Amino acid sequence: MTAEKIREVIIDILSDIAPDEELGDLKDEVPFRDQLELDSMDFLDIVMELRKRYRVQVPEEDYGELTSMQSTVTYLEPKMQECQ
Amino acid sequence: MVSLATVAQKTIHTKTNCGVMARDFLQGVSDEYDVIVVGSGLAGLTVANTLARSGHRVLLLEQHYKLGGLATWFKRPGGHIFDISLHGFPVGMVKSCRRYWSRDISDSIVQLNNIRFDNPNFSLTTRYNRDDFTELLTTRFGIAHEQVTAFFDAARGMNFYDEQQLTVGEFFERFFPGRQDVVRLLMEPITYANGSTLEDPAITYGIVFSNFMSKGVFTFEGGTDRLIGLMQKELERNGVDIGIRCDVQRIHVERQRVTGVTVNGRFIKARSVVSNANLKTTVLQLAGASHFDKAFIEKTEEVRLNNSSTQVYMGLKQDEQIDESTGDLLFSSTAPVFQTDLLLSRDITSRTFSFYYPRTRPEGTGRTFIVSSTNANYADWADLDEREYEASKQDLIETTLDALEKYVPAIRDKIDHVEAATPRTFRHYTKHALGASFGTKFEGLAISRGLSEQVEGLFHAGSVGIIMSGWLGAINYGVIVANEVDAQLLHSASSVVS
Repeated sequence: MTAEKIREVIIDILSDIAPDEELGDLKDEVPFRDQLELDSMDFLDIVMELRKRYRVQVPEEDYGELTSMQSTVTYLEPKMQECQ
Repeated sequence: MVSLATVAQKTIHTKTNCGVMARDFLQGVSDEYDVIVVGSGLAGLTVANTLARSGHRVLLLEQHYKLGGLATWFKRPGGHIFDISLHGFPVGMVKSCRRYWSRDISDSIVQLNNIRFDNPNFSLTTRYNRDDFTELLTTRFGIAHEQVTAFFDAARGMNFYDEQQLTVGEFFERFFPGRQDVVRLLMEPITYANGSTLEDPAITYGIVFSNFMSKGVFTFEGGTDRLIGLMQKELERNGVDIGIRCDVQRIHVERQRVTGVTVNGRFIKARSVVSNANLKTTVLQLAGASHFDKAFIEKTEEVRLNNSSTQVYMGLKQDEQIDESTGDLLFSSTAPVFQTDLLLSRDITSRTFSFYYPRTRPEGTGRTFIVSSTNANYADWADLDEREYEASKQDLIETTLDALEKYVPAIRDKIDHVEAATPRTFRHYTKHALGASFGTKFEGLAISRGLSEQVEGLFHAGSVGIIMSGWLGAINYGVIVANEVDAQLLHSASSVVS
């Protein structure tokens, strides 16, 4: 999966988690939490959704990598190379 | 001489016993599952639902005849129905129920507007949110605005990784030195919400208090019975097998790996077991100390359980009404100062009254119910003989009615049902050691989280560490644990394949 496709996947997951948020203006280099009303359960939901959809495992010690869109995509790219 | 009536009674008795014994509560249950969840409190229910949605085969076992654990209710003749723990939860429940349960459930969550305090320091009614509290603290309590803002920001900024040495009492002292009255306003509801005290770590307070302050206090329209009924429907829709009256005797462990459980005498195989039973019971009795490191067992034994409760349930006569300005939740006390340890005393002067007006159950009988709760020590009730116990219960009822008289005049004429529950009642129904009604103190969280590092596939979800307590805490902890179980199942599946 390309970086661009991974970004789309994350946007799709976020739109489920935060249905009231405007995701079109999301800035990739700015932390999610500075732009969206996300709490720790929301981040857990991202992790669970990734596992459910693509069998990608994000261990707890790596949760910090999911700070912004940019860091998330960079972190997931090698893990999701084989994903369709 | 044995009368015929006695013989007849005996026969009936024997028949009933046989009937119960002959009934197989595990009928239709398979011999093997991906996950077995032991206990159906809100955490257990949520683990089961979340994992079933992820496609796992899940069996949920409950020792009682009803699902829900302490999220429960009971009925009495004449249309009385009493909620045990539906006192109010933070707005976060809306999101958690929508996401991990269903729209039906989240759409039934409604706000409680009248949170009332009455004690020798102050009497007031509030919506119990940040705006309202800021107003109260600055105008009525004379605290500088920037000090109030700093306090709220500090409470909200607290998280898991912060220093855990700071106590709740010290945290208050930092912002409101010497202000017993302010501490009372800020702490009393939280003490009733989760049993925490001024000696507990400040982060437990910061997290729970901030959750409430974001929007106020909410409840479930339709009552606990409707909530648990909807949850059961959802579990069945997602394919969870459910066994009630299914008492798990043993969680089996072989070579540091969970293999299944014995329930009602039958072994059922599982790749994972999630215990929603009391934490210490899970480790020390259900699994057994021999499967864990010595140090882990020592730490488990040191975990302090939270206190228990007493409650008095009052059902109003069909035609009696109470004005809603009396409050939805009323924190009432005659104690001159607020001290958390005094709240546990049997000579209680502090109570929380929950008022359930007819709108609580729009489809209900139209009656009003009042439940009074106090925090209590199991030890104060454990050793009473039957006569003392009954007398103490009666005393609890009478003193509660006396206290309520101030808010609902002629209360004794207005009710046609009253009864009491004690720490012994809580112990009986939940099987929790010491009748603990709020799980464990903070240190229990590390033990709960650490189980699967000791025994592969063994997890615990339930009220632990104060922050995972209460309805919202239990549901969210259920999701957190389900996430770990899901990861473990995926991992163990792929290791079998490879």
